[in-house]
Amino acid sequence: MFKLLKYLKKTDWLLIAVSVGLIVVQVWLELTMPDYTKALTGIVLAGNAEMGEVWRNGGLMLACAAGSLLAAIACSVLISKVASSFSKTLRTELFNKISTFSDAEMKKFSTASLITRTTNDVMQMQNFMAMGVQLLFKAPIMAIWAICKISETDISWTTAVIVCVGVIVVCIGILVGICLPRFKKIQKLTDDINNVTRENVAGVRVVRAFNAEAYQEGKFEKVNDKITKNHLFTSRAMGFMMPVMTIAMNGLSLAIYWIGAVLVNNIAFSGDPIALMQSRGALIENMSAFSMYAMRVVMAFMMLIMIFIVLPRTMVSAKRIVEVLKTEPSIVDGKGTVKTDKVGEIEFRNVSFSYGDSGYSECALSNISFKVNKGETLAIIGATGSSKTTLVNMIPRFHDATDGEVLVDGVNVRDYSEKELRDKIALATQKAVLFKGTIKENITYGADEIDDERVAQAVELSHSDFVKDLEAGVDAEVAQGGTNFSGGQKQRLSIARALYKNAEIIIFDDTFSALDYKTDMLVRKSINENLKDTTVIIVAQRIGTIKDADKILVLDEGKIVGQGTHKELLENCEIYKEIALSQLSKEEL
Amino acid sequence: MPGPFGPGRGMSQGAREKTDFKAIKKLFAYCKAYLPAIIVALLLAVAGAVTSIVGADRVRGLIDIITDGAKQLAGVDMSAFVSAAVVMVCLYGGGAIANYLQQYIMAGVTQKTAKKLRTQINQKINKLPLKYFDTTTRGDILSRVTNDVDTISQTLGSTIANLVNAIALFVGVVIMMFVSNWVLALVTIGTSIVGFLLMFVILGKSQKYFNRRQENLGEMNGQIEEVFTNHTVVKAYNAEEKQKEKFENVNKKLFANNWKSQSLAGLMQPLMGFAGNLSYVAIFIVGVALALSGSTAVTFGTIISFTMYANLFSQPLTTIAQSMASIQQASAASKRIFEMLEESELVDERGKIVMLPAEKVEGNVEFKNVKFGYNKEEEIIKNFSADLRKGQKVAIVGPTGAGKTTIVNLLMRFYEVDEGDILIDGVSIKDITRENVHDLFDMILQDTWLFEGTIRENLVYGKEGVTDEKLDEVCSAVGLKHFIQTLKKGYDTKLDNSLGLSEGQKQQLTIARAMIKDSPLLILDEATSSVDTRTEIVIQEAMDKLTEGRTSFVIAHRLSTIKNADVILVLKDGDIIEQGDHETLLAQNGFYAELYNSQFADVG
Repeated sequence: MFKLLKYLKKTDWLLIAVSVGLIVVQVWLELTMPDYTKALTGIVLAGNAEMGEVWRNGGLMLACAAGSLLAAIACSVLISKVASSFSKTLRTELFNKISTFSDAEMKKFSTASLITRTTNDVMQMQNFMAMGVQLLFKAPIMAIWAICKISETDISWTTAVIVCVGVIVVCIGILVGICLPRFKKIQKLTDDINNVTRENVAGVRVVRAFNAEAYQEGKFEKVNDKITKNHLFTSRAMGFMMPVMTIAMNGLSLAIYWIGAVLVNNIAFSGDPIALMQSRGALIENMSAFSMYAMRVVMAFMMLIMIFIVLPRTMVSAKRIVEVLKTEPSIVDGKGTVKTDKVGEIEFRNVSFSYGDSGYSECALSNISFKVNKGETLAIIGATGSSKTTLVNMIPRFHDATDGEVLVDGVNVRDYSEKELRDKIALATQKAVLFKGTIKENITYGADEIDDERVAQAVELSHSDFVKDLEAGVDAEVAQGGTNFSGGQKQRLSIARALYKNAEIIIFDDTFSALDYKTDMLVRKSINENLKDTTVIIVAQRIGTIKDADKILVLDEGKIVGQGTHKELLENCEIYKEIALSQLSKEEL
Repeated sequence: MPGPFGPGRGMSQGAREKTDFKAIKKLFAYCKAYLPAIIVALLLAVAGAVTSIVGADRVRGLIDIITDGAKQLAGVDMSAFVSAAVVMVCLYGGGAIANYLQQYIMAGVTQKTAKKLRTQINQKINKLPLKYFDTTTRGDILSRVTNDVDTISQTLGSTIANLVNAIALFVGVVIMMFVSNWVLALVTIGTSIVGFLLMFVILGKSQKYFNRRQENLGEMNGQIEEVFTNHTVVKAYNAEEKQKEKFENVNKKLFANNWKSQSLAGLMQPLMGFAGNLSYVAIFIVGVALALSGSTAVTFGTIISFTMYANLFSQPLTTIAQSMASIQQASAASKRIFEMLEESELVDERGKIVMLPAEKVEGNVEFKNVKFGYNKEEEIIKNFSADLRKGQKVAIVGPTGAGKTTIVNLLMRFYEVDEGDILIDGVSIKDITRENVHDLFDMILQDTWLFEGTIRENLVYGKEGVTDEKLDEVCSAVGLKHFIQTLKKGYDTKLDNSLGLSEGQKQQLTIARAMIKDSPLLILDEATSSVDTRTEIVIQEAMDKLTEGRTSFVIAHRLSTIKNADVILVLKDGDIIEQGDHETLLAQNGFYAELYNSQFADVG
């Protein structure tokens, strides 16, 4: 948790220092107040003072209260500022860090977890800063100062306070010790409840088709039972908290009075009744001041306890944040400023790749070698799980080869800066992705300039005819996740985006299978006609989509089992022939 | 556990919506079974309040014994003091026991109610017509099971008891104060109210910023979700810098509102403290003035007990304000829960006596003038009729939105036909139970669905007595055997994200699951579209074995897979526009022919 403190700026530290000063002022004022209580008590007991004295003491006490209020307000404003700026810095750091993550790190943390870390966990830290820090400084200062003042008076009263604090600390310590593991368990069980329900809702058709309602309900009840038991236990245990506190506080004041009564009787009678009355009066004055101090001490300890209750949760959040911040992306940016006179050339030299620590025992890709020249079209076909996407993702360096090297324009991809490399490549992914914004913003995504003419061209080439039917045309709004467009429409827009980028190399990763046959054909036709100089890589499943490619790679279980044109492969690649025959009849081939 | 940061957040959420007492009433009706327990708990709460008040009153007596004693030569009358103190110890002890018992009982009531709510919501999911899931998002249902029920379990139990306790305390304190001294009573009430007025002003102000902060957070959530989920696209297009800029914009806005709301919320505590001090001083000044003016009723004990009354007076007011916020939250939560629980369910079918045992079904299926629409305005299936014989392979073809999936929904009775009928072996599916219909079909859906559990659990889903041999047989049939062998734990491997199953592998698993279920009729809803063609061949072979003697309905975009279907139904805009086998339809040179030819047209 302390590792995060380095994200506090200098001004933040200054503000914290000022706040601590203000807290000291606050404590001083609050502890001065009992002096006036004492004076007021004396006045009542004496029964003969003037009203002016009462007003003076009362007024001064109120002034102390007002002063402490002002100090508290100033303190709260300053600390809030520090906390908010701290959380802002953390969010920025997290976001920037996550931006550098590669696929491997994203998978390791999972998107959902990264989102919670950037929002909830940071908020948790901020809340702790805002409230916790104030208490963290105030409580010990208050406790120590008040104890110092108290110890000047009678020792038996001080003992009563210590006993009371001890009882509270021990009771709450035990309660928290018992309940904290349960709270963690409840958190985990809530996730389980969520999972079972999500499963049930997502698979409602399957559950019904298999008549498995009772099976699902049984699963749910198991978790439900557990969570209820834990809830019941914690709420009953935590139920002790309030009665214990009340008893401790009430018991303390009773004890103070009791001790007071004994002390009054213990004052030796020296024969002078007036002196006796005076020293008894002074004792009672002390008693009323003391009960005020005592309450402050007890409150200070209770505040400290509160901190220790919230602290574990905050520590967990801090740990989760630090975990992200100290993760180094597995892909390190190259030196950059690469000089090459080649354009649109891709080469794989004995490339192997394995995902490493997952449940698999085999390589995802092994010994892949091929070369594509400027303006050529390369198609990749193969069974599900034959690592086609893994292969193309190595070109823009989403993964690094475990063995061998990937060259773009004759230069190893590791030597480029990521920006340089990705400027050369346009990619339309398997799952079409749209961002919240307008269609135009989506097509020109990441580009430095917006050229309306080229936007129109990209729309045309990708056959996104539906854009014309929209009232706002290319300025039409895209909802988050592109939910207001159909799968085929999203896919065409993502093709338009790839076309707009105007890169040397364009990769279609199974982009066409979401389109119906007719649109698939039309889009490919316009790409063939208009991107003559661009190197095109197409990952596909339909033979129809790829049979005109200059070169076809046939992948099977991570290995190249065939390489050549459609005609060549039909003759010498068994697997390719199988695929072709499953889709087309002999005559059509 | 009431966190120290509770009130600010609780109130800001509660104030947004008005309390819906109807929902609260339903919630109370729901806990009816626990009524005796609740009444006992409430009585205990009142008892606890009474001990607090009486305790404060007794303090005066106690202190007066000391101060009076101090004025006598003999000193404090210890026997009187001890008996008074013992009474107080009993009072405090009794109060604490009453308080704890009340909390114990209410915790039981609340948690049992919460459990019942969760169970009922979950059961409800299985009883709702599918239409409900078309209009409600998954996240929405999930948050009812967890968040809403949690809100109720956290607020309900403590709130009722606290409220009753607070009201009893409040009434009691006011009475006690006026009985002992009306002037001091007015002073105490007046100064406390000043504090509360200040608090409400600040609450109102901070509300605005809290709301804005929530909005900013929502915006930020949406943005980062988009970026994190699609990070490959962001990177491929070098859009990191642009996204950072966008993020910083929201981050700055969030900072501003954060700071303001947090500062204002931070004022509450000091203000309350100040109000407390104000009361204290005012009571002393007025008390002393009264004592000096010779009023015999005001002693030092009176003043001390009034400072305690001041605490007891503001405490229930704070509790009541907090309870109001909690009740608002609970009402919003229970409204959402009961909304779902009260949705109309599928018709009860326990009265149906006709049974079609799966083993005896031959598999003749007839659609008779079927009409259907998901809502009244739009008819999706218009007068569809088809007579399908046992063992036939039926392919349903057509562009997206033509109503292909709808036909499956009707077959499985996920939805009921508006007009017409569907007959299996001459028996209307309306006459048998839904469970019976489901038993008759193997179904493989477009969206693969696997649950968290082992591969084995996923495969034998809901069926008993499936041997490992059977699993091996089925898995090699769908081409999964090799994959399962590469797994260290084989069939007992847990399915979760770390395994990174491809869509195709998930599809193979669901196919294997259907094969194990082994029903007389088969539905394939675009099931093979995410399996590549080579895997599909393997599966196809297994399917051919499976379809032997079974009537099967196949929906797929791949025309090649349906070329050898016995009957092809070509759907367009909800109508069967063509019907026949591949050759006949090609010869017709109609819509089917157009679809088919576009697959093989040459490019360039």
